[in-house]
Amino acid sequence: MTTKVSAVATVEDALPKARHVKPAVGPVVLEPLWVRTVLITVALLFLTAFLIVPLVAVFAEAFKKGWEAYVAAIIDPDAISAIKLTLITAAIAVPLNLVFGVAASWCIAKFEFRGKSILLTLIDLPFSVSPVISGLIYVLMFGAQGWFGPWLQAHDIKILFAVPGIVLATIFITFPFVARELIPLMQSQGSEEEEAALVLGASGWNTFRRVTLPNIKWGLLYGVILCNARAMGEFGAVSVVSGHIRGETNTMPLQVEILYNEYNFAAAFAVASLLALLALVTLALKAFIEWRLNESDADDSALRSTEH
Amino acid sequence: MSETTLAPVKARGAPFRVMPGFKLSLGFTLFYLALIVLIPLSSVFLKTFTMTWEAFFNAVTSERVMASYRLTFGASLIAALLNVIFGGILAWVLVRYKFPGKRIIDALVDLPFALPTAVAGITLTALYSSNGWFGQFIEGVLGIKVAFTPLGVVVALTFIGLPFVVRTVQPVLEDAEKELEEAAASLGANSLQTFTRVIFPTILPSLLTGFALAFARATGEYGSVIFIAGNMPMVSEITPLFIITKLEQYDYAGATAIAVVMLVISFLLLLTINLLQAWTRGKGKK
Repeated sequence: MTTKVSAVATVEDALPKARHVKPAVGPVVLEPLWVRTVLITVALLFLTAFLIVPLVAVFAEAFKKGWEAYVAAIIDPDAISAIKLTLITAAIAVPLNLVFGVAASWCIAKFEFRGKSILLTLIDLPFSVSPVISGLIYVLMFGAQGWFGPWLQAHDIKILFAVPGIVLATIFITFPFVARELIPLMQSQGSEEEEAALVLGASGWNTFRRVTLPNIKWGLLYGVILCNARAMGEFGAVSVVSGHIRGETNTMPLQVEILYNEYNFAAAFAVASLLALLALVTLALKAFIEWRLNESDADDSALRSTEH
Repeated sequence: MSETTLAPVKARGAPFRVMPGFKLSLGFTLFYLALIVLIPLSSVFLKTFTMTWEAFFNAVTSERVMASYRLTFGASLIAALLNVIFGGILAWVLVRYKFPGKRIIDALVDLPFALPTAVAGITLTALYSSNGWFGQFIEGVLGIKVAFTPLGVVVALTFIGLPFVVRTVQPVLEDAEKELEEAAASLGANSLQTFTRVIFPTILPSLLTGFALAFARATGEYGSVIFIAGNMPMVSEITPLFIITKLEQYDYAGATAIAVVMLVISFLLLLTINLLQAWTRGKGKK
């Protein structure tokens, strides 16, 4: 028994961050069987009622009127234009927030400066703002009564109730995703490897490209995937700034709302099923990347333990 | 040290750093932050400065908006508490027990983060309405209506907040020192005592953090709620929806005033969460 106990301790010490790696043996202090059974049952029932049944329901409702009605709902011109707008929005918002995430994590992880913790809090700010307020701020800036409203009107530029407003609101909502994944990752990696490259004469750009980027690629991808899922699925903020013009300023979630409010449930769930599919792909990729990150974590700690 | 013309302060004990790109990366970060977040957000506060104090006060304390606060914060509180209970159990089960399908379930916990809120909203409504899979059962057996009542709001907010408690408690439980539990057990504590005296104090800060995160998210939630709530003024109208109603009536000042109240509450919650997280880290270090 004692040898098993110490085996657990060493494995866990070696993998402080590994989340999915199973310890060699289970927890040492185990609850009675009936307690375990009750807890597992409660957890699974809760999960089934709140996650699995809704997920099944999306697809069940989508296919209620058959395959043909499903396809017809998706190739409907308004649905197609909503899909296009969603893709365009994500294609603009995600890369911008990616560049920002890399810049922010570079200066925060590699340098010490005053006000860093304030900067960190400010970066997280959009997460704590209600989506409705995230939309409202752009109405106050670009609306007819807003700061830039009259000027924009005079120059015939449309931001609010048009595509630029949707893109801006989406950028705001997804602002922290990449930065928040990269900052802790880069902080934990330190900058010894970059310093070595620089001392050996590599340029800053080459150091970033050849040393930093390979180290952060999985974390970067993780942030991008979460950012993309939110960008494509955002509803509240986009709803405020979109103006709901069919075939023009409706993203997929807004199209779902319109169809639903017209009691066209099968079509609403057909478009919704595409978004649910996106969510499932996101979760699968996320699980895969977490597994990869754990692998490289495990490699690192194995390396470290042989070094010392 | 002679080359410290760069702005960064030298890290404690670290040698002088040759890392490039400080000014560029910080400059871009601040520029982008100001452009996308700070300037737009400040417009909310500046807009309310154009209101008289009395108009502001009336806008944020009208009868209808007070009812919406009660619903929003009450339902968020209940949903966050439900998430503490069930999320805590889920985290416990996922960390400590083995059962088939565990990894898939672990991945599925994040579904509410990944599923667009509008999709969650219409699906929950379909499930809990009178002829839905859950609704017909609950209404038939218990005689309780869920969809289009405040209860529906609680259901939607519980769904939205589900991952927070699980994801904050899980790592703390994983890192919890098994030695302490063993020591307690070998000293004669039964499993209930071990839990209340050893494990629970360790995970308490993370439970509270998860609670605060779920609560904060729930108070601002819009997409998943509006479909299931029924949106009856004074009864099932949440505050974010009321802001939109004001906007649609072109009452920008009124909408902004309520938004300021919500923002201030969010910032206070954010502050609480930061303090709780610092506490969690402190506990972990001991």
